[in-house]
Amino acid sequence: MMVELGHFALVLALLLSVAQASLPLYGAARRHLGLMEVGRGAALASFVLVALAFAVLINAYVTSDFSVANVVENSHTDKPLLYKITGVWGNHEGSMVLWVFILTLFGAAVAWFGDNLPPELRARVLAVQGMIGTGFLLFILFTSNPFLRVLPAPANGQGLNPVLQDPGLAFHPPFLYLGYVGFSVAFSFAVAALIEGRVDAAWARWVRPWTLAAWCALTIGIAMGSWWAYYTLGWGGWWFWDPVENASLMPWLAGTALLHTAIVVEKRDTLKSWTILLAIVTFSLSLVGTFLVRSGVLTSVHAFAVDPTRGTFILLLLLVAIGGPLTLYAVRAPALKGGGLFAPLSREGALVLNNLLLACAVATVFLGTLYPLFLDAVGGPKVSVGYPFFNRTFVPLMVPLLLAVAVGPLMAWKRGDLLGALQRMWAAFAVVLVVVVGGLYATKGGPVLAVLGFGLAAWVAMGALTEWAERVRLFRAPPGETLRRVVNLPRSAYGMTIAHLGVAVAVAGFAASAFETESIQTMRAGDTIPIAGFSLEFTGVEPVQGANFNADRGSFLLRRDGALVAELHPERRFFPLHQQTTAKTAIHTNFLADFYLALGDPDGKGGWAVRAYWKPLVPWIWIGAVMMALGGLMSLSDRRWRVGAAARARRAPPVAAPAE
Amino acid sequence: MRRALFLLPVALFLVLAAYFGLALTSGRDPHELPSAMIDKPAPAFTLAGLDGTPGLARASLGGQVAIVNFFASWCIPCRIEHPLLMRLSETLSVPVYGIAYKDRPEDAQQFLAQLGDPYGRVGLDESGRVGIDFGVYGVPETYVIDKAGRIRLRHVGPLTAEAVSNELAPLVKMLGRS
Amino acid sequence: MRRRAFLLAALAAPLTARAVEPAEMLSDPKLEARARAIGRELRCLVCQNESIDDSGAGLAHDLRVLLRERIAAGDSDAQATQYIVNRYGQFVLLKPPVEPATWALWFGPPALLALAALGTVLFLRRRRPEAMGAPAPLDEAERQRIAQLLGEGDA
Repeated sequence: MMVELGHFALVLALLLSVAQASLPLYGAARRHLGLMEVGRGAALASFVLVALAFAVLINAYVTSDFSVANVVENSHTDKPLLYKITGVWGNHEGSMVLWVFILTLFGAAVAWFGDNLPPELRARVLAVQGMIGTGFLLFILFTSNPFLRVLPAPANGQGLNPVLQDPGLAFHPPFLYLGYVGFSVAFSFAVAALIEGRVDAAWARWVRPWTLAAWCALTIGIAMGSWWAYYTLGWGGWWFWDPVENASLMPWLAGTALLHTAIVVEKRDTLKSWTILLAIVTFSLSLVGTFLVRSGVLTSVHAFAVDPTRGTFILLLLLVAIGGPLTLYAVRAPALKGGGLFAPLSREGALVLNNLLLACAVATVFLGTLYPLFLDAVGGPKVSVGYPFFNRTFVPLMVPLLLAVAVGPLMAWKRGDLLGALQRMWAAFAVVLVVVVGGLYATKGGPVLAVLGFGLAAWVAMGALTEWAERVRLFRAPPGETLRRVVNLPRSAYGMTIAHLGVAVAVAGFAASAFETESIQTMRAGDTIPIAGFSLEFTGVEPVQGANFNADRGSFLLRRDGALVAELHPERRFFPLHQQTTAKTAIHTNFLADFYLALGDPDGKGGWAVRAYWKPLVPWIWIGAVMMALGGLMSLSDRRWRVGAAARARRAPPVAAPAE
Repeated sequence: MRRALFLLPVALFLVLAAYFGLALTSGRDPHELPSAMIDKPAPAFTLAGLDGTPGLARASLGGQVAIVNFFASWCIPCRIEHPLLMRLSETLSVPVYGIAYKDRPEDAQQFLAQLGDPYGRVGLDESGRVGIDFGVYGVPETYVIDKAGRIRLRHVGPLTAEAVSNELAPLVKMLGRS
Repeated sequence: MRRRAFLLAALAAPLTARAVEPAEMLSDPKLEARARAIGRELRCLVCQNESIDDSGAGLAHDLRVLLRERIAAGDSDAQATQYIVNRYGQFVLLKPPVEPATWALWFGPPALLALAALGTVLFLRRRRPEAMGAPAPLDEAERQRIAQLLGEGDA
């Protein structure tokens, strides 16, 4: 009965979405306040309904209701509760419900918090959200219904893939979807602006918080996925340029570009049509990603079970959802006249460079990911495009970008002084020189590129710190004033500093992977091996029992200079239901380096294959990502995002440098 | 000129959508790889049989058209295609040979005892090395070898009635005539 | 046949290979390093997007063993790689070859960058304050109106 209620809720939500997609649009054209307000009510109500449907589905999993086909295919009574819940979105149908749940959540948020928006804009934004919701609810109800019954209900389900039964991975999809779907708001704002025919500084100010929120979530989502791969797959890889990983990277790169270009629109009233295009493209990349994962045209470890009808439906959705706005763009965008003029060497110029490089990066990843598909579709040979391609094309694009990240914030608006900015970065040059020269000396004969990578990280970090130091007049003003400035600096300034520092930290982590040490051995109980200045002693393996698995649990002692540093217990787990073995690695971290241990196959003679790695600075990859997200959240909490704060700001005492 | 630039995004998107449409409708399985050994001579190999029975070598193909089927007792799709293979070995005029890929002789024997033995000869490729020489990346795979000993067709996955009637049988007939 | 090799393979630099088993490894570290370098660029055909060094699949293991046999037998890197490509096609190479079919792939990104950079430069030139021309000077009536508006202040 409840299941049917959930189903019915989705149908109702669809009807409301249709209303939300049409009536406010008409109301905005006619300036009819009542019809425009329908948008708000519909958005809130459809959220409640989808939330209800989602809750019903979760309940079906938790109570192991095997009369529901989706539960049968993906769950089992033995599964721990956490994975019963998170298994809801570990499959295609359930994840689509999560997708629409987040979509309606954002729609409701715009309806609830959008008091400061002009009614016509808000109505149009909600209308576009409604259109997206309509499309996806139709998709769910016609091709991916999670509420289909199976009668008679089997005694038990088929369980969740053991590889997915992990806390890190369980929460990775919600964050990702918050990101992917969150970009729909910027998209809706862009389309609404095209319909209105007007983009101004206020529009950019409204768009930014939504974009920031989505970007933060996507950053965390990607970082979680990467971290999960690292500790699960048994050798510490964290990025494979897999098509679905790329499908998450592309919106992230485009979203980063969007965040930065929106600043220019807000401050200088220029780059409007480019920003609109970018807002449309970012969410379009999310949609294309959805297509790639669920249509079966690409092979990927991530891809859901394929079904060509779904693929066709999504493709039609894409034609409408992307083709439509892009056509509207072709028609309306030429009329968007920009105001601000600026010299090429200026902060605007630096942000244009930022966008240029990020856009090329998106195009490169796109080309590499889809090239095998393109070639195959026209009957060409089958080729693989793996990490060698991306390393040679993507990395060279990032280097000039990172060089610019340090200098850009030091440039003035409209007409900047590059030479002056570089001179003010003397400390940065000094630090970079020390790092590079010192690094080359210390790693004599070692990887040069990695040392240069460290230099680049130092450059970015020093750039961020130099900019902060300038703002608080460090060493240039009396300490009292500096302290006052430090405290009163707007949060968005700190947000930028922390986020850019996060980039530097992550780059250092990437570069350090060239300095890994590895030891692959067969060990017997009692054996000790040296690695990276540690000594690793293998004391034995014992069988253990988990909720739905049997495991061999290894015991190792890690010592440095005779003193015990850690006890490590890697496992090999066997899931009888799936006849699958997964590895559980043991990692000891001090946040500067990871000692990574995996247990391999037994050789049948009392020996076990052991893989031990020492990975310097690898935690910094995820620490850097978290810093980026924190910086974004800090910016988000700035008073500025509460529209109308512009009036208040004029009365506040002028503290730090005006622009950021 | 400037106007045309604004049309570029939607134009590019339509090209992309066309590619996606092509990929969806082509019915091509992205997992399936074309063989790199087509029209190349079948690799030389000599395999022992399954304990007592005579084995299989390239020499045994003897200048005749032949079908070579890679199977394994642990392979579930192999069980699905097995009845079809049984019929094939009876209806086709060409010999059907089997290679047990990465299998233990006892298990392969039991497999054939259970489901029937469609093969004129069976070779045991315990290490999988002969499979690599053929370019095998999974089981089951079925190869058609012509009179000159060249590989002319590879079918990946379990044989289906359509694959047999549309590709395998016509090819075998044509090769037999030449 | 599995060879037993108790070997300390402490390899620095990007030659950390992930699913390689102790028993597979060659006893000569230089040969093993070559095998790792080649293995990293060979695709595991039954996994999605992993190299044979990274994959725990049976076929990956077989190919790793085969590769080491070829190298130990004296094949050069190119010969050993070609041995596998002969059997599995270009698809097994993670680095796509540079040939007419893949020119768009390899030359696309730099071409795109060049084009986009050109477009950006042209765009920036038009956005320069000088390029747009200085605004026309005000006439008397406009000057007075400005003075009036400013005189009214921000009440």
